[in-house]
Amino acid sequence: MFGKNDMNAAKYGSIILITFVLIAGLAIPLSPSPQSWLEFPIIPGLEEKARNILYHVPVAWTTVVAFLVGTFYGFRYLKTKNFDDDIKSVSAAGLGFMFCLLATITGAIWAKFSWGSFWNWDPRETSIFVLLLIYGAYFALRSALETEEKRATLSAVYSIIAGITVPFFVFVMPRIMSGLHPGAKGDPDGAGPVVQFKMSPNMLVIFLLGLLGFTLFFIWLFNLRVRLARLEYQRSAHHS
Amino acid sequence: MSVTAIFALVRKDIHSELRTRYALNALVMFVVVAVATILFALRSDQPTSSVLAGLYWVVVFFTAMSGLSRTFVSEEERGTTMTLQLVATPSTVYFAKLIFNTALTFSLTIAVTALYMAVFSSTFVIQTMSTFLGTVILGSLGFASASTIIAAIVAKANTRATLYPVLSFPVLVVLLMTVMSATTKALDGEPFASALGDFQILIGYFLAMTAGSYLLFEYVWKE
Amino acid sequence: MNLISLTSTGVSKEFNRRSIFRDISFSLKGGESLAITGRNGSGKSTLVKIICGLLSPTRGSVAYKVENRNIDVDAVKDYIGLVSPYLQMYDEFTGLENLEVLSRIRADRDVSREWIAETLTTVGLWERRNDFVRTYSSGMKQRLKYAFAMLHRPDVLVLDEPTANLDYEGIAMVEKCADRQRSTGVLIVATNDHEEATWCAQRVVLGDHTL
Repeated sequence: MFGKNDMNAAKYGSIILITFVLIAGLAIPLSPSPQSWLEFPIIPGLEEKARNILYHVPVAWTTVVAFLVGTFYGFRYLKTKNFDDDIKSVSAAGLGFMFCLLATITGAIWAKFSWGSFWNWDPRETSIFVLLLIYGAYFALRSALETEEKRATLSAVYSIIAGITVPFFVFVMPRIMSGLHPGAKGDPDGAGPVVQFKMSPNMLVIFLLGLLGFTLFFIWLFNLRVRLARLEYQRSAHHS
Repeated sequence: MSVTAIFALVRKDIHSELRTRYALNALVMFVVVAVATILFALRSDQPTSSVLAGLYWVVVFFTAMSGLSRTFVSEEERGTTMTLQLVATPSTVYFAKLIFNTALTFSLTIAVTALYMAVFSSTFVIQTMSTFLGTVILGSLGFASASTIIAAIVAKANTRATLYPVLSFPVLVVLLMTVMSATTKALDGEPFASALGDFQILIGYFLAMTAGSYLLFEYVWKE
Repeated sequence: MNLISLTSTGVSKEFNRRSIFRDISFSLKGGESLAITGRNGSGKSTLVKIICGLLSPTRGSVAYKVENRNIDVDAVKDYIGLVSPYLQMYDEFTGLENLEVLSRIRADRDVSREWIAETLTTVGLWERRNDFVRTYSSGMKQRLKYAFAMLHRPDVLVLDEPTANLDYEGIAMVEKCADRQRSTGVLIVATNDHEEATWCAQRVVLGDHTL
């Protein structure tokens, strides 16, 4: 899939980027009228909590990417019946589940500081929770199926079916239901799935670097998991 | 796939159900028990319209979960899956089961409505009937659409009874939230137009789910 | 009866990467017959399912031609009648109802009430036609399966364990059935029994797969 050099690039790239974002995100001070590159603006209403954007959003983004990758390979399996596609699908799903947990936790932390309580059932919060449930259901289904062929086929079908509902609760619900997240119906800046954060250029750069870092992190872990799963798969063939 | 074949299969399922009453009995008992439990929990409290709307669909959801998977599970358990595979194409089976499940869910909503109107007579007052009817019809369609493919999936697995709600709930969340919102509006007497956004979602959901399920059904049904 | 031919080319099946059988190839047309033999668990029923289009092979394929036109896997079932221990009738319906309902779902042409009656008589179930299948003995259920298999006058008759649960008369009925099928169509029999295997001209033996 990816060559060794690409993987090294992804590995080190992600470690460097994430570390940088972690430090920069926490260390750079806020000031009312930022002059130099080393200052963040104060976003009214968010202030210090704005730092969470740099962590929470990339992680949430990665879980969606993982889900799409998993569903894509599931779909490929249905066409090709090649178990390697199923291996990729499960590996992506496992990572997606982990990132989803992280997204939920970082989201809950932000919620506590921004709005007072850890959980409020606003549309975005509900969406990430539902994604968590989808992952749980996916793995429950897999463990209830014995034949490899059935397991691969039915879990691929389920992830596609669940995937069909994702556009609904990501794009449609925040419009219909008012919520706490920016971008919901009651937001004075306008409702929409992708929020225009008023970020200064330096914040934007760090944010995008974070996005890139987490994506590379996902690619690297995905590659590792797939290789490991392939080895286990071959080993179990020789024993049966 | 022909329409006659589909309806012949639907009729078979209805006859079978009328004779054995497996699903019907379970559903009726479940609804009664669920509503009774809610009554005990509330005692003399009169819930608000949004709570009532929520409770309404909670009962429908759980009752459906105890019954809708039967369409496929019973075929699998009795060994008639192979028989069906020999007489009907996958599309015929899919649409027949979808129609049956829609009818079942719709009957269920009627039953729960009647029960609620009797039990919560002062608070469960449907002020905008058009919204309520639209919600119940579109909701049943959406419910059946998602539940049918998942029932087909679960029928091929081991721990069927528990797996069915686990798989169905995440997929049905969108539907549940939307019908609850629309039902609240119906109870509150808000005009039909205010629920149009909800109806758009319901129609979209039904179409997307049915199209997706139809295309994927063959992978589930055939081995 | 149509001019039917079916050709199996290199059919192999694996479950969980364990091979059940490999490279099964044969060719049959009207008037020909095939016996599938092998020990218990050698995959006879699995091969039967593949032949009937109910299961996809891991490798290889089974091709059907009717009057020199290729037939899609989904349409194959209209030309096949199957009797199998894995196939059941609906308990809550009577024998007659089962045939009527299934025939209607399949949208059979040329299946009249008279023909259904005749089929039931042939398999010896006419007296019990209005009793629920729930009340049938296993031998009677087997006879009903024959009625179902032959109802649409299939070009290919596939019998998996043909005489299971049948008494002396039942076995005679099956032999007559097999005779008739052999003369006009294709007969496939999957069995452990040597006697039954002799009904067919060709043979496929599914054996040990420890390769």
